[in-house]
Amino acid sequence: MDDSPPPSGTLIRRHALTTRIWHWINALAIFILIGSGLGISNAHPRLYWGPYGANFDYSWFQPPHFPAWLTIPGHYNLALSRRWHLLFALVLAFGMLAFMIVSLVNRHIQRDLRIRAGELKPSTLLHDIREHLAFRFHDPDHPGAYNILQKLAYVAVIFVLLPLVILTGLAISPGMDAAWPWLLDILGGRQSARSIHFLSMSGISLFIVVHLILVILAGVGNELRSMITGRWRVPADTADDTPSAEPAK
Amino acid sequence: MTDLLVKRRTLIAGGAGLLLAGCDKVAQIPAARKILFSGEDIHYGLQRALQDRGALAPEYRPDQMSPIFRANGTRNPATPSYDAMVANRFADYRLAVDGLVDRPLSLGIAQLAAMPARTQITRHDCVEGWSAIGQWQGPMLGTVLKAAGVRRSARYVVFTCADLYNGEPYYESIDTIDAFHPQTILALKMNGAPLEVAHGAPVRLRVERQLGYKHAKYVMGVKAVASLEGIGKGKGGYWEDNVDYDWYAGI
Repeated sequence: MDDSPPPSGTLIRRHALTTRIWHWINALAIFILIGSGLGISNAHPRLYWGPYGANFDYSWFQPPHFPAWLTIPGHYNLALSRRWHLLFALVLAFGMLAFMIVSLVNRHIQRDLRIRAGELKPSTLLHDIREHLAFRFHDPDHPGAYNILQKLAYVAVIFVLLPLVILTGLAISPGMDAAWPWLLDILGGRQSARSIHFLSMSGISLFIVVHLILVILAGVGNELRSMITGRWRVPADTADDTPSAEPAK
Repeated sequence: MTDLLVKRRTLIAGGAGLLLAGCDKVAQIPAARKILFSGEDIHYGLQRALQDRGALAPEYRPDQMSPIFRANGTRNPATPSYDAMVANRFADYRLAVDGLVDRPLSLGIAQLAAMPARTQITRHDCVEGWSAIGQWQGPMLGTVLKAAGVRRSARYVVFTCADLYNGEPYYESIDTIDAFHPQTILALKMNGAPLEVAHGAPVRLRVERQLGYKHAKYVMGVKAVASLEGIGKGKGGYWEDNVDYDWYAGI
């Protein structure tokens, strides 16, 4: 990023091509994975902890029956839900692997997602929360940079929830349990893995809802263009902002 | 502003709905369906590459067993011939081992029980999502196939069962890698007692690295074949042929 803040109204380069490609492939894959996953959940909507769990065993949570308009396919068909789910699981997992490697090499992770020590100070966090509540999402000095709440959300999804949903998905597979028995050791058994799979999916869904709301609030056109062409217009409100909201350094 | 937000939100929700419906349309296009169904081959290839040929499914301690092991699928074939076998405690039961073998066999329960047995406490994973842990005991399928002199040309092993689906015997198949896997057994006992009718008496296949529907119950025939063509509709099993389930059920 430049040292002097770009004037409002100018277009800046925001997202690398690889980030944009990954974003849209992932958007499609996650959409299909959640829809087909809800269809699979309907086959046995009971979650357990430990290595085993069936109808006679204690279930800590019973997901609701997901209506047909939310599932893939749009009627109950476990075999087809599985076909969709298992094909796009490959897209998600290998896409994730490629994104991690590329983002380390092109320094996207180190440059844009790394959380600096000062950013986690309560005063900084509170300041950012107040700014969000006032619908001001960009630091006037670095409008193209991610703010700390954004970083925390992206880091949680990219480094915790997505890897967890992939690992737990693998642990549900009896073939992978034979190949990589350590999956069950670290996740506490197949039914625990299935529960954590569902919980990570819920976390990712929550992220998507917040993500979409914030895209709407920040301006759909500008955000959508920046994720398609990479070019993002510096909003007017950041430059005209009062200097009283001094970000803690 | 709020109006605009509501409109945008409706647009996003409406778009998502269209996309969901679009998936169903896509799945009906033959070329797209082929891609959709290719996931199975990719997983089959990847898992076979990542798994050691003899990599064992996890085995458990007796105190980790399910208090109640859920019975699923057919709980009683209830055909006249099966009822007759139950009535005389499977004394007349014969397992036919044939196909690409040098010496077709017809084995009674006593002969199967006399073969070296393997005992294992393993997890049974249903395609629906639940799991149950139980103890299984019986001869290794590989031992039976070797006794019959299975030929090198055999690539799959097909199981035919005493329970009927749409009037036809249930059938399933596995590749020879799984057929000769040490944990692949013809279970005669479950949790220390002869198999109950609900769990597939008198013989049930255990193929521990795959999902429950591969574990054929009430096994009557074991046939070594070179190809799955000509077995049912050619996809290797009742569920595979009729409801699009994956033949490779390692995931």
